[in-house]
Amino acid sequence: MRNRTDDNWLLRVRHLTKIYGEPDEHTLERTGPAHNSNICPETQSIVACAEIGFDLYPGEVLGIVGESGSGKTTVVRMLYFDVEKTSGAAWLRPYRNAAVNYLEESNQKKRFIRNHLMGMVYQNPRDGLNFRFSSGGNIAENLIMAGHMHVGAMRDRSSQLLIKTEVPITRMDDQPGSFSGGMQQRVQISKAIANNPPLLFLDEVTSGLDVSVQARVLDLVRELQRELGIAMIVVSHDLSVIRMLTDRTLVMKHGRIVESGLTDQVLQDPQHEYTQLLVSSQL
Amino acid sequence: MLTNNKYSNRYNFAFIDESTKKEIRRKLLKAVAIPGHQVPYSSPEMPISRGWGTGGLHVTLAVIGREDIFKIIDQGSDASVNACNLREFVETMTGVRTTFDTAEATLIQTRHRITEEELQEDQIFIYQVPMPEPLRLVEPYEIKTKQMHAEGDYAKMWVYLYESYVRYNGIMLGADYPVKVNGRYIMAPSPIPKWDIPNLDNSKALHLFGAGREKRLYAVPPYCRVEPLEFEDIQFDIEHFSGKSCYRTGYQMAFLDELYFDDYSKHFVINDSNFMDKISSKNFARQHSNKYINALK
Repeated sequence: MRNRTDDNWLLRVRHLTKIYGEPDEHTLERTGPAHNSNICPETQSIVACAEIGFDLYPGEVLGIVGESGSGKTTVVRMLYFDVEKTSGAAWLRPYRNAAVNYLEESNQKKRFIRNHLMGMVYQNPRDGLNFRFSSGGNIAENLIMAGHMHVGAMRDRSSQLLIKTEVPITRMDDQPGSFSGGMQQRVQISKAIANNPPLLFLDEVTSGLDVSVQARVLDLVRELQRELGIAMIVVSHDLSVIRMLTDRTLVMKHGRIVESGLTDQVLQDPQHEYTQLLVSSQL
Repeated sequence: MLTNNKYSNRYNFAFIDESTKKEIRRKLLKAVAIPGHQVPYSSPEMPISRGWGTGGLHVTLAVIGREDIFKIIDQGSDASVNACNLREFVETMTGVRTTFDTAEATLIQTRHRITEEELQEDQIFIYQVPMPEPLRLVEPYEIKTKQMHAEGDYAKMWVYLYESYVRYNGIMLGADYPVKVNGRYIMAPSPIPKWDIPNLDNSKALHLFGAGREKRLYAVPPYCRVEPLEFEDIQFDIEHFSGKSCYRTGYQMAFLDELYFDDYSKHFVINDSNFMDKISSKNFARQHSNKYINALK
């Protein structure tokens, strides 16, 4: 990783927790991998994720891997404001030089952060794209949110992005509903990177695509990362995606991080028994 | 002998009871204080159905005084059915003097037009609004449009304009063209033609909007900035009548209606009836001036 020191991180997350229901003071102790459940036996509250902490460095790609229901998606959705956090804090370097916990800003400021400093690619293109707008319009939406007001310039930028993501520009004014799944996903990626955000979240981007299309989407993500140096958090249950894209990996189970480290290290020499199970079932 | 006069008047002055009028006035004050912001209000029962001009009528009846001179137009005309009926109602309920003369009126209620004659500081202009929510075009849920207004999140509206340009090579909005008020709220100006939109900007008069069916009031105070939504390279423009002139007066610089005669010939006529009367009788009428109309000259 380039020029990494202790304090040049881009995103710092500490004690990030999301609990559904009404927990009591023992809820966190009674849940987690050790108890093999994320449902509190006393209060029935569900601990989606708890005490998540990590640093992400500029240009780095961090993977979050785990089985479904392990809370990995909840983590990125909280960081992107789709889900309200229960407790915890996160700081973003480009936002007021990380002086404030950005998860506690006003809605207007959250919108600014979302529009200017982050991009998100959802598993389902319907979450990230507006299917009533053309694909060019979808990209323009992000540009408008970041303050662009020139239609000609926006169309130039949209076509650049579509070329980069290998969507034929002749389809720019068509609605994404008429596209194949892989093309929809590539339009979604164009939209997410339209404002050159320093941070991009990828939530299960290849799940639901067939294998050849998966490979092309992954190639695209890797190429964009190399070209633009965007820091990314990649959420996946698929270890081959994690192996291909990420520098570092967090392994989650029942809402907790059970293991973290360099991706190669985690996958070659898994320490936690859950990770061992994950890796062996993969191979 | 003692006489009881308590019930000799069958209605309160201006029909609505005083406490409800007070409620409407308080909501109007709030609306004026936050230009372009929609304020919910009671929308009390009237002898006409909601959606037939009750919003404008509520505002008129809440602000009217015995000295006011009242004018009401429907699509620019003093003589159309909606205007005549509401005029008669206001006259019966208040006993105020009514007029067709735009310059003389202190209170003007309107459906879908701003008068051609320029409004002055001592005039209040009241609109009947069918759809107060400009974002309804792009967002069906009230809870979401409220949030969009609160956070100034108007991207969807702008994309709608962008899409319109992409599909039809122009912004395909006619009447009710959305405007930004005081640099903050996007507002529906009621279905006035694009011709009238620039006349809202920096107007000397107070503009009050009432949507009876939707139960919303909003306002544009005097000398307030009102800008039509436009991109840097795709600009708002008013209607063009491409050199056509009013067949009765020969006048060109007004919003014209298209008429077909019995012999199928097409003619144009000034839409604002009082303005046309003044033009044809050579009376002075100071017209609104704005960069779009000036460019036509």
